[in-house]
Amino acid sequence: MNPNKKRLRRSMMFLNAQKPGLIKDPYIYKPDSIMLDLEDAVAMKEKDAARYSLFHALREIDYRGVERVVRINGLDSDMWVEDIRCAVAGGCDAIRIPKTETAAEVKMVERAVEQSEKEFGVEPGRVLIMAALESAKGVLHALDICESSDRLFGIALSGGDYTKDLQTTISGTGVEMMGARQHMIIAARAAGVQCFDTVYTNLDDMEGFRRDVETIHTMGFDGKSIINPRQIPIVHDIYTPKPKDIIFAEKVVKEIEEKSAQGIGVFTVDGKMIDIAFYDGAKRTIELAKASGVYKGDL
Amino acid sequence: MKIKKPAMAGTLESSDCMVTVEPAAKGEGITFELESAVIKQYGNQIKKVVFETLDRLDVENVKISIVDKGTLDCTIKARVECAVFRSVGQNKNLPWGGAIE
Repeated sequence: MNPNKKRLRRSMMFLNAQKPGLIKDPYIYKPDSIMLDLEDAVAMKEKDAARYSLFHALREIDYRGVERVVRINGLDSDMWVEDIRCAVAGGCDAIRIPKTETAAEVKMVERAVEQSEKEFGVEPGRVLIMAALESAKGVLHALDICESSDRLFGIALSGGDYTKDLQTTISGTGVEMMGARQHMIIAARAAGVQCFDTVYTNLDDMEGFRRDVETIHTMGFDGKSIINPRQIPIVHDIYTPKPKDIIFAEKVVKEIEEKSAQGIGVFTVDGKMIDIAFYDGAKRTIELAKASGVYKGDL
Repeated sequence: MKIKKPAMAGTLESSDCMVTVEPAAKGEGITFELESAVIKQYGNQIKKVVFETLDRLDVENVKISIVDKGTLDCTIKARVECAVFRSVGQNKNLPWGGAIE
């Protein structure tokens, strides 16, 4: 398995690949991933220009460990194959498929990525895939999509198009996306891949943004799409385990390892009943704390 | 590559540049014009990047003008390549990692 498949992806910042001023130094804001966009952000007459700009940015700018995902044009366009050739030749880390509705579409992209890796001498399997679900049909096919390719590291909800498809609008309460969010996170977890939430477009409402991130964090999402650097610290703050959670997780991991060696299956930690079912969650908290740079323990 | 028709690429936004290419007769070579606020400091470097890019694309005869707005080398290459390929009308099966490098 590609070791990057499970990397930390709390924040994915969208950037128009056609804009040199945007793509030259986004690493200063420390997002986990950047999403270099060839699709909706780029005007039709500048689609070609965005590719040259993308290619050289990927080749020549040191993004300092930030993951570089490229959103290609839709599979209903005549641009997506060339987008993949450009992105793979440039050295991107992953391809984001827009408007994904079926597992067959992921397979199509997988084949194009394989061909491009071969054509440009890129290590086979290096380039990962993620799928954006933007319609009712796509959401209903979430599990098939999640299980469609070993390269697929996750799925993302695209709220704007999804709510249009539902014949509603984004209300700010999240009610209209509740079903999709719940269905997608369940599908992603069943398939063992990651799940990402849609953007929050009202930059004047940072409190609303915080509530939105708290909601998707509680639901189990791995991260959120970002449209402005100001949103990044809020996401990272919410996703960073709190000291009391880290201390508890550390006790749980240590106690489970110690007690299972003694043949004890159920016991208490700080007054709470604990068994092996808590182990993975506690380990995840420790890993997230390590990745967030706040773990000082010895696990 | 032979420049077939006038073409432009890029913008006048900060960190970008506007590149214009026009056909030139065989044997005329490369006619280069540059407008930049930092021409004294970076004029030679910009010219070097433009000529290297044209050389990789095998463009021998062209009139090329650049209006620089504080762009990085990678953007100069991208805009020159875009203008040249627009001029010849090609936007698929591009030589990524070859003539585009």
